[in-house]
Amino acid sequence: MIDRTNARRMAARALEVARAVALNGVVAFALLSLVIAAGGHAVGPAMRALWDGSFGSWYALTSATLVRAVPLILAGLGVALAFRAHVWNIGAEGQLLVGATAAAIVALGAVHLLGAFTLPAALVAGAIAGALWAGIAAVLRQRYGVLEVISTIMLNFLAAYLVGYLVRGPLQEPTHVYPQSSDIAAIAQLPRLFPGSRAHWGLVLAFVAAPIVWWALARTAAGFRVRAVGANPEAAQSAGLIDAARTRTRAFLVSGALAGLAGAVQLTGVTFALYENLSPGYGFTAIAVALLARLDALAVLLTAVLFAGLESGALAMQRDAGIPAVTVSIVEGALILLALAGAAGTRSGVLAMFRRAPAGIEDEA
Amino acid sequence: MGALQAFLQAAVRTATPLALAALGETIVERAGIINIGLEGTILAGAFGGLVGASESGVGAGYAMAVAVALVFGAVSGWFVIRLRADQIICGTAMNLLALGVTGTLYRDLYGAAGAALRIPTSAPIAVPLLSRIPVLGPAFFEQPPVTYLWYALTPVLWWWLARTHGGLALRAVGERPRSAVVAGIAPSRVRWRALLFGSALGGIAGGTLVLAQAGTFAEGMSAGRGFIAIAIVVLGRWDPRGAALGALFFGAVSAMQFALQSLGLDLPYQLFLALPYLVTLIALARTGGRLSAPAALGEP
Repeated sequence: MIDRTNARRMAARALEVARAVALNGVVAFALLSLVIAAGGHAVGPAMRALWDGSFGSWYALTSATLVRAVPLILAGLGVALAFRAHVWNIGAEGQLLVGATAAAIVALGAVHLLGAFTLPAALVAGAIAGALWAGIAAVLRQRYGVLEVISTIMLNFLAAYLVGYLVRGPLQEPTHVYPQSSDIAAIAQLPRLFPGSRAHWGLVLAFVAAPIVWWALARTAAGFRVRAVGANPEAAQSAGLIDAARTRTRAFLVSGALAGLAGAVQLTGVTFALYENLSPGYGFTAIAVALLARLDALAVLLTAVLFAGLESGALAMQRDAGIPAVTVSIVEGALILLALAGAAGTRSGVLAMFRRAPAGIEDEA
Repeated sequence: MGALQAFLQAAVRTATPLALAALGETIVERAGIINIGLEGTILAGAFGGLVGASESGVGAGYAMAVAVALVFGAVSGWFVIRLRADQIICGTAMNLLALGVTGTLYRDLYGAAGAALRIPTSAPIAVPLLSRIPVLGPAFFEQPPVTYLWYALTPVLWWWLARTHGGLALRAVGERPRSAVVAGIAPSRVRWRALLFGSALGGIAGGTLVLAQAGTFAEGMSAGRGFIAIAIVVLGRWDPRGAALGALFFGAVSAMQFALQSLGLDLPYQLFLALPYLVTLIALARTGGRLSAPAALGEP
């Protein structure tokens, strides 16, 4: 299926993506240095700590950065897919939480029944739960015209309270002291990739998922429908071959499944137990990742690694150089605004995703 | 002070910042803009409140909260009105920016150790006569001055929206911007005013957290209130009166959590906290989001 022209085109595309992400990386580091210097800190030691804590050593890379990248990649792919179809799913955080919850329920409850199949069952359960959670918003949108921006905000809160209730109620560990579930059995955990590192097989899953989503969007009929609906729903609909509503609903469900899978992978690969702060906002960071990746699946992969590195490094920077880790949020926000400002001048291409068709309002000012 | 009165007082206290933010967001959304960045605006307002108040008192705190929020609103406006950038993407970025800027500045200005800076908070003012009403009086009319701003703004905004030319123009811009242009209204000017007004109220809401409640700042202390305010706007069906009642409902449910704990009842309070969101979703589904949402909401 992949002949030589195709392979060459793909390689060129990958190079282009890598260059764009590298540019984001350079801008991110420049901005960060600027903010650190503006705060009156020494830039050198801070950057050193950032580097050491993110990409500077095998341990930091595999145990911090790549582990953190896994949920960002999976949820980021979900957000990118939804946004491509102009479904404003900002509920990845909630979908991730219910995914982790479903994985915990399966891994804790069915391990005796399923044995070695517990792990795959837990991952599938997580993806299904994420899809169902997104499905609530999708149904509300299709049936009742409720804007998904609003409903997914509600569903994020509901998922957080659901987890809060479960870990103090039905799923609480047997001693009833801590607000968390028991640890899942070893057989239900994602195995480590190498000894002496926290990197787990979820990383492989994420690195496989990204090219699959990229391929599905670029090369399949379903992917074409998503792109067509996202580019111009009226045109796609009136061309007669695409049911815009159905395409949007499906994109929404798959998006939720990816975020749910992210939660299930996080539970079976990292936390092993369900608790309230299982996700430090991965679902929200995933939105930033998807946006900076210009909704391109391959770019999501690299951007997620970049963000995971920035955030891991920021923690090291706070520890070793006394610079608040939250500084990284400035960089994330500023990068998105820069992309928006840059897109404002463009009329076509991927950048146009950032700038919807003008509503035809003529300003008198 | 009885348990009921304490409960109501806590409900009104919790509801105050939510109501102010929701009233502002109601106006913004009626003009066709969904300000996802409200969360960041509240946080920025809270930080501005701290900075102003630590320099020269509560009044300066509120002034600074509004000033900082207006800067935020202006940046958002430049993107979503001037450049017609996507409102959701811009809002997401503004939230990240607010979290980063306030968190970093707080540590840079006031030290990293979290040696919580305490500032004086504004004392409750009892309204003559009204505060004498049994139970309800002290709960509703013995509150910090910002609470009275909420009470005053609710009917004023409702009247303005429903009965004045300015309100009509705003609604026209939110429903049919093209027709508004034909009627001689400049949508972008109306939207600018609405967004700045909503941002200022978001700033006051943030200021309230610091100046009337916590007396200090904490990283990310807005804690989702911007999103809750957006929920309240929806629950209140884009009507200022509805927003005021919706905020009270959210406040009451949060206060219930403490009331139950103080009564020694070991109920799963997460279920109570989840209630308002569930009610909002059901209300949305029942009324059909389209029936009451401004038709051009979210369109650039």
